[in-house]
Amino acid sequence: MRALSKDIVMNDTLTPFIDAHKTNKTHLTVENLNVHIYGKHILKKVNLSIPEKQITCIIGPSGCGKTTLLRCFNRLHDDNSEVKVTGNIRIGNEDIYGSHVEVTHIRKKMGLLAQRPTVLPMSIYDNVAYGPRLYGIKRRRKVYEIVKHQLMAVGLWEEVKDRLKSPAVRLSIGQQQRLCLARGLAVEPEMILGDEATSSLDPLASTKVEELFVKMKDTYSIVLVTHTLRQAKRIADYVAFMYLGELVEFGRAEEVFNNPKHKLTQQYLDGSFS
Amino acid sequence: MIMKKLEEKIVKALMIFASVTILMVLLYILYIIISKGLPSLTWDMVSKNPSGGFYLGKEGGILNAILGSLMLIAGSVAISMCISLPIVLYINFIRKKDSRFSNVVRFSFDILFGIPSIVYGAFGFMIMIYFGLQASLLGGIIAVSLLIIPIMTRSIDEVAGSVTQDMIEAPKILGATKFETVKVIVRQISPGITTAILLSVGRGIGDAATVLFTAGYTDSIPVSPMQPAATLPLAIFFQLSSPIEEVQNRAYAAALILTIIILLLSFSTRYFGRKMSKSKL
Ligand SMILES: Nc1ncnc2c1ncn2[C@@H]1O[C@H](COP(=O)(O)OP(=O)(O)OP(=O)(O)O)[C@@H](O)[C@H]1O
Ligand SMILES: [Mg+2]
Repeated sequence: MRALSKDIVMNDTLTPFIDAHKTNKTHLTVENLNVHIYGKHILKKVNLSIPEKQITCIIGPSGCGKTTLLRCFNRLHDDNSEVKVTGNIRIGNEDIYGSHVEVTHIRKKMGLLAQRPTVLPMSIYDNVAYGPRLYGIKRRRKVYEIVKHQLMAVGLWEEVKDRLKSPAVRLSIGQQQRLCLARGLAVEPEMILGDEATSSLDPLASTKVEELFVKMKDTYSIVLVTHTLRQAKRIADYVAFMYLGELVEFGRAEEVFNNPKHKLTQQYLDGSFS
Repeated sequence: MIMKKLEEKIVKALMIFASVTILMVLLYILYIIISKGLPSLTWDMVSKNPSGGFYLGKEGGILNAILGSLMLIAGSVAISMCISLPIVLYINFIRKKDSRFSNVVRFSFDILFGIPSIVYGAFGFMIMIYFGLQASLLGGIIAVSLLIIPIMTRSIDEVAGSVTQDMIEAPKILGATKFETVKVIVRQISPGITTAILLSVGRGIGDAATVLFTAGYTDSIPVSPMQPAATLPLAIFFQLSSPIEEVQNRAYAAALILTIIILLLSFSTRYFGRKMSKSKL
């Protein structure tokens, strides 16, 4: 009797997805996403489910639309009237393009780390404190604690603790990138969207940030755009491969890397094009 | 090869010649002002109002004109900033930088930029008559504001244009509203704003044509914006037109005072600007 009912349950849930027992809960759902920029079709009918508390790497050749996709997730295209976004994106059950949804509320949830790190025109300290202050944390002690904690998390504390008040623009590019990471984390997003978050870092710093991402997936769902296949292999749980605005393949990292279903993916992984 | 070298030498020589000429002219102006003005520059000049026969060579000073000019420029810069900054922010960050509207606005300011100051003086005078205003500090402030708004707008616009899309997006990504984003942008362009103020002060405080009909001239210090105000450029102008040599020399002293005020303002703004950007930026 027991075995029977279990069988039925398994049959019910498993029929649609063959490997459902490995699938994680979905955090962000993208349905039929189309983006036109200046009338050009940039993202074509993208369907994607970003799993919760996992690292999803988006790979693909330059210009295929990775950045454009990430920017859809926090509605950064909103202010550009030349960009038309259609389709559906949901966090859990909340439609992020819903008419009653505050855009700042979405952006707080989606911690985007931009492709080019851009520090704010203020001190190192104020850069990290900017987000928390925006959300009403005023007590100095508390702000200091957040700043210290996040700067430590990205491995910048030791380098800057003696000059927290000096302008952030004086930091090296790699330091600025880590500062931007700390600044993004200080907002306490639900999801981290890294657009080549380690591109200006040396291998050692890059490894450190990778380790940080792996640690952080207990708390956050993480989406990383990366050009470094080796990095994707090291840390990805899921991999999405994009080509010319289309999502060609999406699946568990081992499967995409070892056993890609699509010929294009295979060719890209082999390095036949980039 | 030899031609190239020769060309380079000639161009270099021309550049040096031009720079040296400019420097010489500047030094000569300073020399005239100092040599003629310094002997007449007394403590009375800067601490007293003109007495009855001041313009005939009797006792007194031009404190009224110094304070008048300072009040006039302070008012004008404040008003112009309240108009220029919103315009610049609007055409760069609310509208698109290169939208047709923004470019039309820019073009208009380019034209206004080129209009001679006497026209602003006359125009300000017309506005005053329309509103039934007498020649007064307020009238002068309006005319000088008209003169420096284009200067201020153009020079802030220049730095605003260099703010990158990434910089505009950085606060937004963290969840900042439009208003909060604009605050960050203003901070980013604050050195440019300082420069704009300096340019405007230099241009506005020394201009005689705008204040000629609008601000009037008196021997006392204005206590309300509706009263006429003496200004340094006019003090120079009136004294220089006098046939009495002593009075003419006082004109040079007044010019020296004006020059010193501009230099002081310019150094102090730069100094404090740098200090502020060190602690804040
Ligand atoms: N604001 C814009 N105006 C015009 N075209 C744009 C704009 N943003 C993106 N595009 C175009 O959309 C396409 C995708 O760009 P996107 O930046 O998303 O690529 P990407 O995959 O992130 O590339 P990379 O790996 O080089 O960063 C490109 O062809 C790009 O030229
Ligand atoms: Mg990109």
